[in-house]
Amino acid sequence: MRHPYPVDRLGFMAPSSNAIEAGAYVSLELRVNGELQAVSVPVHKTLLEVLREDIGLTGTKHGCELGECGTCTVLVDGQPVLSCLALPAALEGRDVTTVEGLESADGLHPLQQTFVELGAAQCGYCTPGFVLTAKALLDDNPRPSRADIETALGGNLCRCTGYLKIYEAVELAAARMRGEPGEPTREMLYGAG
Amino acid sequence: MAPVESPPRKAQTDDRLRVVGTSLPKVDAVAKVTGRTKFADDLFLPRMLHCRMLRSTTPHAEIVSIDTQRAEEHPGVVAVLVGRDLPTPYGILPVSQDEHALCIDKVRFIGDPVAAVAAIDEATAFEACELIEVEYAPLDSVADIEDALDGDDPAIHAYGDAHNVHKVVALEFGDVEAGLADAHLVQEDLLFYEGNTHLPMEQHAALGDYRPDDRLTLWSSSQTPHYVHRALATVLEMAPSRIRVIATPNGGGFGGKSDPFNHEIVVAELSRRTGRPVKICLNREEVFYCHRGRHPTLMWIKTGFKQDGSITGMHFRSFLDGGAYGSYGVASTYYTGALQTVTYPVAAYKFEGLRVFTNKPPCGPKRGHGTPQPRFALEVHIDKAAEKLGLDPARMRLDHLVEPDSVTANYLKIGSMGLGACIEKVVAESGWNDRYGKLPEGKGLGLACGSYISGAGLPIYWNNMPHSGVQLKLDRGGGVTVFCGSTEIGQGSDSVLAYVVAEVLGINPFEIDIITADTSLTPVDLGSYSSRVTLMTGNAALQAAERARELLVRSVAEKWDVPGVRVAMADRQVFDVQDPECTMTFAEAVVLAESKFGTIGTVGSYTPPRSPGRYRGAGVGPSPAYSYSATVAEVSVDVDTGETHVDDVWIAHDIGQAINPVVAIGQVEGSVYMGLGEALMEEMTYRGNRNIVHHHPSMLEYKSPTTHEMCRVHTYLIEDPDPNGPFGAKEVGQGPLLPIPPAIVNGVYDAVGARVDEVPVTPQKVLAALKRKAKQEEPREGPKKAPQFVWPEAIQVPPPWAGGDGRARDERREIGGGGVRK
Repeated sequence: MRHPYPVDRLGFMAPSSNAIEAGAYVSLELRVNGELQAVSVPVHKTLLEVLREDIGLTGTKHGCELGECGTCTVLVDGQPVLSCLALPAALEGRDVTTVEGLESADGLHPLQQTFVELGAAQCGYCTPGFVLTAKALLDDNPRPSRADIETALGGNLCRCTGYLKIYEAVELAAARMRGEPGEPTREMLYGAG
Repeated sequence: MAPVESPPRKAQTDDRLRVVGTSLPKVDAVAKVTGRTKFADDLFLPRMLHCRMLRSTTPHAEIVSIDTQRAEEHPGVVAVLVGRDLPTPYGILPVSQDEHALCIDKVRFIGDPVAAVAAIDEATAFEACELIEVEYAPLDSVADIEDALDGDDPAIHAYGDAHNVHKVVALEFGDVEAGLADAHLVQEDLLFYEGNTHLPMEQHAALGDYRPDDRLTLWSSSQTPHYVHRALATVLEMAPSRIRVIATPNGGGFGGKSDPFNHEIVVAELSRRTGRPVKICLNREEVFYCHRGRHPTLMWIKTGFKQDGSITGMHFRSFLDGGAYGSYGVASTYYTGALQTVTYPVAAYKFEGLRVFTNKPPCGPKRGHGTPQPRFALEVHIDKAAEKLGLDPARMRLDHLVEPDSVTANYLKIGSMGLGACIEKVVAESGWNDRYGKLPEGKGLGLACGSYISGAGLPIYWNNMPHSGVQLKLDRGGGVTVFCGSTEIGQGSDSVLAYVVAEVLGINPFEIDIITADTSLTPVDLGSYSSRVTLMTGNAALQAAERARELLVRSVAEKWDVPGVRVAMADRQVFDVQDPECTMTFAEAVVLAESKFGTIGTVGSYTPPRSPGRYRGAGVGPSPAYSYSATVAEVSVDVDTGETHVDDVWIAHDIGQAINPVVAIGQVEGSVYMGLGEALMEEMTYRGNRNIVHHHPSMLEYKSPTTHEMCRVHTYLIEDPDPNGPFGAKEVGQGPLLPIPPAIVNGVYDAVGARVDEVPVTPQKVLAALKRKAKQEEPREGPKKAPQFVWPEAIQVPPPWAGGDGRARDERREIGGGGVRK
């Protein structure tokens, strides 16, 4: 469909001329964090852009917009997806989960809680992508080995932590989600020796 | 939702620290894990326009013409800027004001911006950029250090110490030739450290919002809002009082967001011209062009050692490839010669350094700013010397450590010095004494040390004002708000403010409001660079909090009719140390104080102590305190593929006092990670010939360590409190990176008996060294020769032990006379 707004030199409502020339707009309903969101967007606009710019969910970050860094990871039907490479038109009827959808009435998700306790979020920019990727892992494998975690998180880049606190946070959250007592060790909080 | 626990809540009258030294969450951690933190690109304002910049496609050229007419007429375009619209130059250092927001007459690297568009959306701005026609008259380009020094090419800039040489430095402290003549062994090496970049996960973004009453607000992912504020005032020719710069939390900085950037000035000007907010978010390729990363550095080092390993004299030369602009380069050049003296005593020291201009993205400060390269050279050099002297590399270092509370040959004042404890720790924990030199072929251990400043002793522009200021506001509900110009880049600077204030006032850090990095609301802090924040803002916060405490104590003491010394504050209570039953809440104490004194607000500020050095160039290197680190790396080298993998790193870091141990460990692990990347894979390199096209400006092809390459890290915090640090604290954000590359390279030698005198240690380099070893040639891969350069006569500064007073022998003689020899 064509976008109803005219192209106006000063009209901030107007979509890009590129999109109008292409005439390629789609109206669709996305289910994000359990809520239906009606959007009308250029067909080439990525899920990343629609989440951030049209739905206002800026918790999803971006580091390359080329599918190289994992920062923009969201879950689609529980599986990690790079939102910078996903098109909303292909996602109608699917369940999209962003970092904003992780909290519940009980508070933070266990992964969010352990990331807080262990300092696994430094600048915090890659954190939403890591937490969501780790959630997909733990939902599938409640007792992952360190190697399983390294493999699952291998597509997410972090420049601050060296990944180690992230591993510990995932392991601690996994223990808590299994109902085991999960307390940080002294070494995690105060170093070796 | 109460995800964070309060610190221990036992009301006691002892003096123990309740917050400092405890591993608590960071005060902004919940915002970060829930996606609530607003980074610069997360900001959207009504009527906001989007900016794209057109960048040079040629490395070196004169701009013949720019035709923007088609772009201006393009539907949806609101404004177009070119270089002549912003004619005033700027630059981070007063001596290198060589940048323009958009190039005017010439371009100096592929990626240099020439025009900018504001349009109704990003796609339209992108289209409009493609409609701008730029005619270039190509100039010969300058590709690297050797190329710059051959003198054949046109000058990149009209200024500098020699043709295409930005800066030349020559300093001598004592008689180095005499020292070398006294030596049992004179070791000489040539090493190269390839350039690399910060690669913050967050792409730089900025949002300008100008109002018709001539007020401008700029939000930006900047580590240095104060310097951006100054640059905007200069280039836009606006009163600083009309400009407000807010640094949003940085999605990683590492030094890469420390310069005032062209895109920040451009969106501010576009907002002024359009009367609408204008935002830009650089794409990843553009982040590579912003750069300001590690300088590629060639280093020549010649040192005399006695038989016991002590250093009789050292001569160090560095050649830095600066890229197209000055940036922090003058400071970077000095830093490549500054800290060689702070670990092992150097009896006489000579430093010669130069920085060339090349047609590449500008280099600047990256984690360790100018010191990882010489530290790599020095620690590999010492490893080689130890072997020739028949000394254990750990023992040799341990036997010759700089004394605490001493002054080095180049007049750096050392305070606490915990390097010995660091070496002993990693030697013990790694099993060094039983395993070094004894592991099977392909496995090796390498040891190296390092040291870094806890903030620079002098500001970037000359002034006598504090480097950091803190304001504290207490309200009658018991609320405390901290205002400070410091910038949260993930290192925990907001949290440090909260912990220090909470410790002094005996309150919960998670109940304190932290307002930072806003030039209108917060007193100046110079920024998040040179590992200065914990020490400097910590001291400023300590002073402000102690002044507030004093007001509360006086009010409470008066009420209870007891001497002030009997009033203690802890665990959100105020109590009489001799009568623990006599208590009131912190909020009640604030009410008393506000009733007595009026509104309660206090300030604190911090200025570093004056350095003993008085010679020209003495401004780079001094610090209130030096951190120390020692590392043992265990590596595996595949002799068939040449691939090096780091298995384990043991690292001990003398932090003085950890304000928050778990956050400090995170800084150590992050430093190890970044050092690992620099040692094994990260490189900013360019295609050959004279096109100087970046090899790989993308996150996929610029190799950085993933989970699969990261090693195990065993971290030990050594606490040797420094009297200049808040509660004794020193830095931790940068120093632990320094020993990593040399430890890995020394480990490779232990593993396969071949030297790679160059990082990154790629498989190709290892194989080249192994091939030479197999042919009975020198088993080494690395640079072959240093460029020819006629150094100026060095400024002579007698060291303290030769009766020196920190001044040059002939203070009037200025550096100069250096030149290029074909």
